[in-house]
Amino acid sequence: MQNVEVASPPGRQVPKAALSEAPLVAAAPARKIALLRVLGPGHVWALGVGIVLVGEFMGWNFAVGKGGPVAALTACWLAGILYTCVAMIDSEITSTVAAAGGQYAQAKHIIGPLAAFNVGLYLVMAYTMLEVSNAIVTGDLIEAFLTNLGIAGTVDKRAFMVLTIVALAFLNYRGVLASLTMNLLITAAAFAAIVVLFVATQPWAPGAVLQHDALLVGLPYGSLGILAAMHFGLWFYLGIEGTTQAAEEVRSPARALPLGTMTGMMTLLIAATATWYVCSGLMPWEYLGQAVTPLYDAARLTGNRWLEVFLFLGTLFATVASANGCINDASRAWFAMGRDRYMPAWFGAVHPVYHTPYRAIVFFVPVAIMFAVSTPLDQTITFSILSGLLGYTLMALSIVLFRRKWPLGTIQRGYVHPLHPLPCLLLLLLCSVTYLAVFLGYGTQLVAMMTFYIIASAWFVLHRYKYVRRGDQFTMHWPKPRGY
Amino acid sequence: MKKIPYEPPTQSVAGQIFDAFLMLILVFITLYLPLLFKLAGGGTTTTDFPNPSWETLGQNATMAAQWEKLGFSPEKAASIVGTRFDYSFNGTALAFTALIIIGYFVFLFRYSDHEYREVIAERFGDDRPPEAR
Repeated sequence: MQNVEVASPPGRQVPKAALSEAPLVAAAPARKIALLRVLGPGHVWALGVGIVLVGEFMGWNFAVGKGGPVAALTACWLAGILYTCVAMIDSEITSTVAAAGGQYAQAKHIIGPLAAFNVGLYLVMAYTMLEVSNAIVTGDLIEAFLTNLGIAGTVDKRAFMVLTIVALAFLNYRGVLASLTMNLLITAAAFAAIVVLFVATQPWAPGAVLQHDALLVGLPYGSLGILAAMHFGLWFYLGIEGTTQAAEEVRSPARALPLGTMTGMMTLLIAATATWYVCSGLMPWEYLGQAVTPLYDAARLTGNRWLEVFLFLGTLFATVASANGCINDASRAWFAMGRDRYMPAWFGAVHPVYHTPYRAIVFFVPVAIMFAVSTPLDQTITFSILSGLLGYTLMALSIVLFRRKWPLGTIQRGYVHPLHPLPCLLLLLLCSVTYLAVFLGYGTQLVAMMTFYIIASAWFVLHRYKYVRRGDQFTMHWPKPRGY
Repeated sequence: MKKIPYEPPTQSVAGQIFDAFLMLILVFITLYLPLLFKLAGGGTTTTDFPNPSWETLGQNATMAAQWEKLGFSPEKAASIVGTRFDYSFNGTALAFTALIIIGYFVFLFRYSDHEYREVIAERFGDDRPPEAR
């Protein structure tokens, strides 16, 4: 498959030849190399589930800590509504703005350079912090496994965190990336681990393994806990919108994108509910609410050694595959910004031998290591969630601009989402609720993240934008937008 | 009439390195330092349990059994059970945070639109009267 994408969704790999061709696209749209349209709804579904699956293995359970198990389940379903709106809106925009760079390119065409700069940063920060989270879980998981084997104290989990980041960065640097098929195989194994755990806990026989009667509590924080749990409720689906970035490679975007994304959402909703059901029936909520590896712990509690090993491998596969995809995607987003001079052009270079964005890959290694070895998992996950949340807020507002600048009928849309503006209003409402949820308990971190984006924006406006070629920011063959 | 394309200056290598490190410093100061000094995510309260038992920790027999399978004694579990989120907040802090978020998006959209007009003028031409440009 020929590919000119530089900021692909997690789990998708860019062939070696792609990056060397990428700069040509921005400089000379007429020479753009088209992607092969080979993907169907099944591929889109697999892409979406593959991106998000790691969220079932870790992170979601912090919602239990913020509101109790019932609040976490409610937040899981509310977040499902939020992501359904995201999928609907993003399907319309991406099936129309099928340009290299995904949401970053969309922001350039619909809102403007400063918004695109921020979206690029959202992607980089969301993926980097997810990579950090994966490294933390890998270290903790290996330590827990070794402890259970009776060889605790002989290893330092931070060594495994550093090793994960450095080894995967090296693989990305060399371009020896696992292909999409390989990543899908790993994801399939991780998905099988969840299914096997669900079956092994005999959910059809309450009380046999699962002890909901004795372990499930109500709302320890009252109804405010449901609101607060929305914070980590997003983790169940964070990244599902990446499916729509396959727009250029989908045979029939109008059918495949919404169908694949929506069925992916339904799959994740079911998987998330099953995960919650198993874990809440095996662990006291106080433990579950702070566990680093909840599914592995659930397997341990069944007393089945084989199941424990299977879930150890499932969690390891899911986190490593996710971290690999994150390094791939964060570096390509940073590379794309360098190519457009939103960041120093130095980052827009590709390796002369390996044809990878090696400078962007190496640049983030110390940042990832610094956070992985010294910050708690819930904090790095919160940074990732916040960057995603800012992106969803922008998406809700950008669809309004998109419909205003190019009303229906003025350009060919691959898919038109129904009931506009209801989905964007609902999305804005749920985003606002989630900001409030993050504020409860993590208010300082919310302000810290906003400070980062505000200072970065000021830097872009006052300094960086002078290096950007204005006209090159718009490459779609569309009529002039209305009102300009 | 199409606008004359803007020709950006060439940035020196030293300038590029400075810009790159500036971003690293920004990440370090705004995101990492608050975590390092435990200024972020601290919205919790802690209840101490002197001589804790599963009963005093509010754990029933099934819960206690699961804790023990996970390798926890009442002493080890006490710090987890005793830590709760503190959701009390004052309205000023909430209003301040809301103002930051709303202000950020307002500025983002307004300034992006200003830049977008330059992009469109270069790409398609500017039809507006000179005084409106």
